[in-house]
Amino acid sequence: MKDLKEILEERILVLDGAMGTMLQRHKFTEEDFRGERFKDWPVPVQGNNDLLSLTQPEAIKEVHRLYFAAGADIVETNTFSGTTIAMADYEMEELVYELNYESAKIAKEVADEFTAKEPHKPRFVAGSIGPTNRTASMSPDVNDPGYRAVTFDELRIAYKLQVEALVDGGSDILLVETVFDTLNAKAALFAIEEVKEERNKDIPIMVSGTITDASGRTLSGQTAEAFLVSISHIPMLTVGFNCALGADQLTPHLEVLASKAEFGVSAHPNAGLPNAFGEYDETPEQMASQIKEYLDKSLVNIVGGCCGTTPEHIKAIADMAKNYKPRTIGAVVS
Amino acid sequence: MSVVEEKRYLKLSGLEPMIVSAETNFINVGERTNVAGSRKFLRLVKEEKFDEALDIARHQVEGGAQVIDINMDDGLIDGKEAMVRFLNLIMAEPDIARVPIMIDSSKWDIIEAGLQVVQGKCVVNSISLKEGEEEFIAHAKKIKRYGAAVIVMAFDEVGQADTYERRIEIAKRSYDILVDQVKFPPEDIIFDLNIFPVATGMEEHRKNAIDFIEGTRWVRENLPHCSVSGGVSNVSFSFRGNNPVREAMHSVFLYHAIKAGMNMGIVNPALLEVYDDIPKDLLEHVEDVILDRRDDATERLLDFAETVKGTKKEQTADLSWREEPLQDRITRALVKGIDQYIVEDVEEARQQADKPIEVIEGNLMTGMDVVGDLFGSGKMFLPQVVKSARVMKKAVAHLLPYIEEEKLKNPNSSAGSDNAGKVLMATVKGDVHDIGKNIVSVVLGCNNYEIVDLGVMVPPEKIIQTAIDEQVDIIGLSGLITPSLDEMVYLAKEMERKNFSVPLLIGGATTSKAHTAVKIDPEYKNAVVHVNDASRAVTVVGDLLNKKSNQKYVGDLKEEYEKFRDGFLKRTKQKDYLPIEAARKNKYAIDWSTSPIVKPNTLGIQVIEELDLHLLEEFIDWTPFFRSWDLHGKYPAILSDAVVGEQATSLFADAQELLQCVFDEQLLSAKAIFGLFEANTVADDDIAVRTDTGAYTFRTLRQQLKKHAGKPNFALADFIAPKESGVQDYMGCFCVSTGFGTQELAAAFEKEHDDYNSIMIKALADRLAEAYAEYLHKKVRTQDWGYAVDEQLSNDELIKESYTGIRPAPGYPACPDHLEKLTIWDILKVEEKIGVSLTEGLAMWPAASVSGYYFANPEARYFGLGKIKEDQLRDFAERKEIDLEVAQKWLNPNLA
Repeated sequence: MKDLKEILEERILVLDGAMGTMLQRHKFTEEDFRGERFKDWPVPVQGNNDLLSLTQPEAIKEVHRLYFAAGADIVETNTFSGTTIAMADYEMEELVYELNYESAKIAKEVADEFTAKEPHKPRFVAGSIGPTNRTASMSPDVNDPGYRAVTFDELRIAYKLQVEALVDGGSDILLVETVFDTLNAKAALFAIEEVKEERNKDIPIMVSGTITDASGRTLSGQTAEAFLVSISHIPMLTVGFNCALGADQLTPHLEVLASKAEFGVSAHPNAGLPNAFGEYDETPEQMASQIKEYLDKSLVNIVGGCCGTTPEHIKAIADMAKNYKPRTIGAVVS
Repeated sequence: MSVVEEKRYLKLSGLEPMIVSAETNFINVGERTNVAGSRKFLRLVKEEKFDEALDIARHQVEGGAQVIDINMDDGLIDGKEAMVRFLNLIMAEPDIARVPIMIDSSKWDIIEAGLQVVQGKCVVNSISLKEGEEEFIAHAKKIKRYGAAVIVMAFDEVGQADTYERRIEIAKRSYDILVDQVKFPPEDIIFDLNIFPVATGMEEHRKNAIDFIEGTRWVRENLPHCSVSGGVSNVSFSFRGNNPVREAMHSVFLYHAIKAGMNMGIVNPALLEVYDDIPKDLLEHVEDVILDRRDDATERLLDFAETVKGTKKEQTADLSWREEPLQDRITRALVKGIDQYIVEDVEEARQQADKPIEVIEGNLMTGMDVVGDLFGSGKMFLPQVVKSARVMKKAVAHLLPYIEEEKLKNPNSSAGSDNAGKVLMATVKGDVHDIGKNIVSVVLGCNNYEIVDLGVMVPPEKIIQTAIDEQVDIIGLSGLITPSLDEMVYLAKEMERKNFSVPLLIGGATTSKAHTAVKIDPEYKNAVVHVNDASRAVTVVGDLLNKKSNQKYVGDLKEEYEKFRDGFLKRTKQKDYLPIEAARKNKYAIDWSTSPIVKPNTLGIQVIEELDLHLLEEFIDWTPFFRSWDLHGKYPAILSDAVVGEQATSLFADAQELLQCVFDEQLLSAKAIFGLFEANTVADDDIAVRTDTGAYTFRTLRQQLKKHAGKPNFALADFIAPKESGVQDYMGCFCVSTGFGTQELAAAFEKEHDDYNSIMIKALADRLAEAYAEYLHKKVRTQDWGYAVDEQLSNDELIKESYTGIRPAPGYPACPDHLEKLTIWDILKVEEKIGVSLTEGLAMWPAASVSGYYFANPEARYFGLGKIKEDQLRDFAERKEIDLEVAQKWLNPNLA
């Protein structure tokens, strides 16, 4: 089987769309989230989507299937909040390894089903590593700008556990995503490098930042290029942006990455900006027409969707992307 | 692995990227945030004054540092904690955090702690083979994983590289280990090849500079993609005290080192001569030393250095320049501020010219352009420019009668020279302080702007009307006391209402960028700029009036202020305040049963009609004097400061001359009045005072910001025993002035076109007034009150306020309420007895006056009131029996 890097030079790979949007359709209740195993859990767990990998594994598998069927090459594991730091809200720190391991395993099973059916189009699993709910570069207390709610080492240790479980469960790629504070991402990357070294194993890494507003900066204040410079010490499969903005608003920032990065470039924007009710209402056709600009300008190597996107969106994107050549990756560091 | 010959650049980042490409000029690293290099920074860190420490970082970035080096290696501070705390605070300041950080320490745990708190790509300063390969590799691996570049010192197990061969040997070995074993990106390696002093007299130091330069060349040619850095001032170490030679050495060294490939380093921009401007003979001697071109190079430079050192003094006696061509003489007179021959030279020029106006437009402007360029590029300092202006004014005064005559003969010819623009300058209503305003006026005048100076206490209607009548291009407002801030806001509103479009400049001691951005800028849709530094005024005005680019400049300004405002409001809005009742409960509690209270030897009011000013000389605090001339540094160290020392010395000599004149001829007269009274605090915040003539009450204000546990909410009333304690306590109040005569003297100087001495006399009068306050306080402490009969304090200790008791002044941080001055005036009958009056803005007139209270309790201390809330304002208005609106008007700057 061809390796990811080779495939990446041949065609544009398609990443899946939103997990949360799909799960919302099930309207799972507190009981559904708990399942049998957690029926006596001391705190409410509704909303802990990562937990569904253990209590509703079929629903998760079904989402993966729908995305692969729509044309995705890569699906993300259901582990966006799978760190001890983020799971503390549900008092589920002890379950972190299991959550990540099982999520990766489920996704890998579905990927293997599809690869077996369509060997010419191998499917991959990206272990999703979210930003946690704390920032290492900013103080949550406006009166005490020097205060930090989390340290680099706390993040590094939490990420390391998640990374080990994702790799053990069969992830092909590690995706550090929705980076709003570059220092958090650097801690995740530090942990990944430790795991790579300890296991003497190379694991492709995707890093995806988030530009939070029209100022064109991350939440922690960096420009797109400064973000790129700050993480370029790690050999990455791709660097890109996701979430927060729709495809249209993301274009200028992707252009910066596309012109400066010696890595592949990825993008998985939201289905537009949320409306007054917090819903994303950009249609698959609308979103695909925006993404066409990325393709026309040769900005990306991997493209997919974030909040509000569905298998229909991914299908529209995949149908279009297959007609385009990928961006040429300059001097990839090996 | 085949290496393609590609360009790989050092890339760093703060909030913004910094790419060091072949086209990038030399990267200047700021190093004032280094406890080893800056005593001030060390002190601030030790005292945990991190806000001020941040200002140092900010100044460096504003001053052009592209990377800031931060070092906390000092035995008396917890380096790791200080590094983390300071870096965390920097991250919250976007105007500093935009540049990359250089984490500088000899201790690995401090470096690692620093790397863990910075999101951008830093530089680690430094690692080396000093402790062997194993540690070197371990640290390099970690640095790579944290994503930082690294400075590698040319140092190994044997020692520091001090020859060409050792430099390249260690560099090559370090490079190979890093690139081959650690897989460190070669573009992230920066070598520090050790800059050592030359011309030390030691034979083995002769090649120190050339070996560095040649080592640099070898490294850049043989070790692909890496950079070379170093601390430049080391090279001239043996010429400390001789700045002309040091400056020349630095620029010669850099000129050759940069050509050889040095692309980064620590350079004090103020200690740098332009290579092309180094006199040929000095250049030759310096290059002989740097490049080790002659056996006797050091001796020759040492001899030559003596003459360079002495040049300045000889110039006054050396009149050979009088033989030079006319234009050169005029230019020299302007640049050097020599007014002795200017009338003679201008007359010669007038006789040669067709029309007298041509002398101004030609000869004089040519000279002033040189002054402007030198000032703009930091090669002349403010006092020199003001002296230049004095020469210019004398020259123009000589020409004016001829120009008038010419006008009568030719009524149709153009009236005067084209000026660069017209600037209205005024000190706002109620305020009398004008030193800063006058300096800015003079400096702008030198740059060919026409100044319409309306003086002090100018009502807003007059400013508006004059601006319209005179069609000015810019309005500049100045003020020193807090009520002036509101005047400025009012004026901005008026300008908006009248549809003005001219830019508004804001300056003066109480003004700030924050106030300008938050309170003034939103009121006026055109440009509002805070300029607190005369040297910036010229560029700002130039940018504002540049027809080609000013729209963009103004747009950028508006945006900058808006950003600043948003950031400021975001940072400040969530402070917690206590209700005034709760703040009172948390007052500073003195144990009145044990607190020592001394009854004054003499109760009641005393007047000192005349005082021999000589007595004040030893009490003068000179540091603020230099500050008023934009020369920053502490007296007396400033006199030997590397950058401004020469100017400071010259300015100080001029000040001394005028001061002696003031003493000898008693040109100014000093008056004082003070009183000591029985006093007790009532109802927490009021101080009831009993005098011979009646009862008075001082109203004090209390801190309301919520404090950490154990920290009290201060009010001045806390330092006086409350009535219910049953203890009889005392307090005093005073007013001194040395301003009588200032105005007349200044006017006399102005008549002689001597702005320099006009500003000088005001600055001196201010210093004398402060000195008088100090003198009187001492007299009160040791005699009239007598609670500190035995105190022995040096002037330095006085300035540091190490005495017992305090003398806070209304309008200053502990009691920002100017209204209390009225109470002092009432009790002491200040105006009737010594003639110092209060303006409607409650500024004292004459301006060189000081008034305040005396508190004697050993626990009394200075504090800042900070912001107060509406509840205290209401309570204060009720206690004072004034309208809420009136209270609000006066306390506006302090309302949260």
